[in-house]
Amino acid sequence: MTNTIQVPLSTIRTGQKVRLGNIKAGHGLRSRLAAMGMVPNTELLVISNGSPGPFVVAVKGSRIALGRGMAHKVMVEQTPTLETP
Amino acid sequence: MTANIKIALAGNPNSGKTTLFNALTGARQHVGNYPGVTVEKKEGVCRRQGVTMQIVDLPGTYSLTGYSVEELVARSFIIDERPDVVVDVIDSSNLERNLYLATQLIELNVPIVLAFNMSDVARHRGFVFDIPKLSQLLGVPIVSMVGSRNEGIDELLKMVTEAARSGETPGTCRIRYGSEVEDELARIEAHLDPQHDLVARYGKRWLALKLLENDKEITELHHSPEVLAAVQFSREHLAAVFGEDPEIIIAERRYGFISGACQEAVQSSTELRHDMSDKADAVLTHPILGLPIFVGLMYLVFQLTFTLGEYPMVWMEHFLAFSGESLSAWWPGDPGPLHSLVVDGIIGGVGGVMVFLPNILLLFLAIAFLEDTGYMARAAFIMDHIMHKIGLHGKSFIPMLIGFGCSVPAIMATRILENRRNRLTTIMVIPLISCGARFPIYMMIIPAFFPNHRGLMLASIYFVGILLAIVLARLLRVTLLKGETLPFVMELPPYRLPTVRGLLIHTWQRGWMYVRKAGTVILAISIVIWAATSYPKMDAAALQNMTPEQVSTAELQHSVVGRIGKTLAPALKPLGFDWRISTSLVGAFAAKEVFVSQLGIMYSVGEAEEGGSEALRAKLQADYTPLQGFCVMLFCLISMPCVATIVITRQETGSWRWALLQLLGLTALAYVITMAVYQVGRVFV
Repeated sequence: MTNTIQVPLSTIRTGQKVRLGNIKAGHGLRSRLAAMGMVPNTELLVISNGSPGPFVVAVKGSRIALGRGMAHKVMVEQTPTLETP
Repeated sequence: MTANIKIALAGNPNSGKTTLFNALTGARQHVGNYPGVTVEKKEGVCRRQGVTMQIVDLPGTYSLTGYSVEELVARSFIIDERPDVVVDVIDSSNLERNLYLATQLIELNVPIVLAFNMSDVARHRGFVFDIPKLSQLLGVPIVSMVGSRNEGIDELLKMVTEAARSGETPGTCRIRYGSEVEDELARIEAHLDPQHDLVARYGKRWLALKLLENDKEITELHHSPEVLAAVQFSREHLAAVFGEDPEIIIAERRYGFISGACQEAVQSSTELRHDMSDKADAVLTHPILGLPIFVGLMYLVFQLTFTLGEYPMVWMEHFLAFSGESLSAWWPGDPGPLHSLVVDGIIGGVGGVMVFLPNILLLFLAIAFLEDTGYMARAAFIMDHIMHKIGLHGKSFIPMLIGFGCSVPAIMATRILENRRNRLTTIMVIPLISCGARFPIYMMIIPAFFPNHRGLMLASIYFVGILLAIVLARLLRVTLLKGETLPFVMELPPYRLPTVRGLLIHTWQRGWMYVRKAGTVILAISIVIWAATSYPKMDAAALQNMTPEQVSTAELQHSVVGRIGKTLAPALKPLGFDWRISTSLVGAFAAKEVFVSQLGIMYSVGEAEEGGSEALRAKLQADYTPLQGFCVMLFCLISMPCVATIVITRQETGSWRWALLQLLGLTALAYVITMAVYQVGRVFV
């Protein structure tokens, strides 16, 4: 069973794994992120929630830095199995 | 056997594409621009076993969908120039992401060879590839290699030659997108004109796919209303079914295809890829430590440039002085106007600029090192938070950093910014970043007036420029260029040890641009200035009863340049400048570093026996106060960008308006600030 509630990536703590949902951004930016491997249902590992600075996630073996503003727009699902207790 | 093969190198950023290109072509490279756009185009030639290969290094891209200029350039090169073989350079330690570009090349159905680069790193990280199987699944030949150690290059070239000879392509139907998408592709294909140029070359499936992806460039190519209607219907239908745009579904399916292939042909024992890099990043991009480390590194770079560069600079000065002297000694007959032109104009002018070549090469070397290790991406990352506050993007920082080398490539590099307002703001403030040409001016003034605080003074003048750039950017973002700041997205590549060869090639290419500028623009200007300082000649009678120093001063004041300088001098007097400085500033518009050579000619130290710079510094010390020296640096920093910068701003912004605003705005700003500093400073000093 999948938890379908989507929360912004910015709320996820360092070291947690999440599944990518929708990205609330324009056509160009979403396509760019898709090309970099950020397609729906991909697993993301938060390497650093550098609050208040940028955000680093691991996606398909690469590290992608997202600005704070971006991290608010990327919606993710915390699947129950991956959630830390 | 084909005697002449055209090869295009494609690949993701940081895939080691440039390293491979350097390994293949060595120093035989030509750097230019793609026609119409200012994306750098690198070409080279490689000769092996009687085969001549023309190699083009395409810009690094993640895909070929055409959202950025780089992607468009890479795609149109493949489509229009039709290379015999496309070599897709793949970082095999990051296979899935790198294969995404490969899927798009495969769909173009052109002859491809996949170069699995950095296979040593992949092996080290526990990846085991079943190359024959992967090759069969993807339908393309694969070579495993290590570009930085020249391993696998011969095999790669053998496969490339073979691929060019056979002309074999992967075939059109490799990647399936699932029944819903396939149905829509079929619907669009049914409407396509079989005579369409792109259909003839790449097949209906490719064109249908591009249309379904809403590819702007492809959609704009004359399609019948039925085709466009079918595309719109399909896009809406798919969006309704999946709740997501078709291009995202298509990207997801491509990744699905890759992941399927990798599951069959790749074994991985550990997930270690970024282990060391993550550890380094924990410190280097630390929320608190990151910034001081960055600032410290920048300071170190400038300090090293200064101290290490001093030795070769002294040799260079001696060499130039020696050339001037020997020439004068060997000159047949009386030294006439031609002798003066060669010794004062050319050796004095061009030499004055060439003296700084060692420093500039060191600076470029340091920048190349920061780029090639992967630290530059971190610098953008660290700066994003601050840059965001001033209304810019973390990525704006990279062009600004390049701006320390030269404003021209820096303005070109603003193409990495997708948002026009961001880009315009960055372009407008780049001239405030002290470029390599400003450096000779600082190097002339600082040792003359601040011999005990060289590093500190240099750092502060750079800092003033950065501060002004920030203030101006902020100002532009709330006035002329209002709007939302685009979010920051950037890959942080793993840290790597750069190859010596790569560093040297990068440094050489940038340094060569400087030398070329010295040999062309500056040479021409030096001659013009020499003429303008030497003519019109004065009456011999008027010069009687004068010491040689008085003669040269009188002659200068009488010349064209002296007259212009004198006309401007009253306006620049509140800034602490006399007619000599005013006159030299006129020349600095052509190229900043000309200021130094012109000041050299103004003081006729071009042929000075003990080397130009020291003699000039002595004269400056005699004539000006340290405050005036500082004001000169300040004015040179802020005021009118050089002609090349203005031209490139015009080219990149597409209008003279921005270029003129940059020119006039910055000059006005320089006037106000320098005047304030001089007038206030005079009270205290």
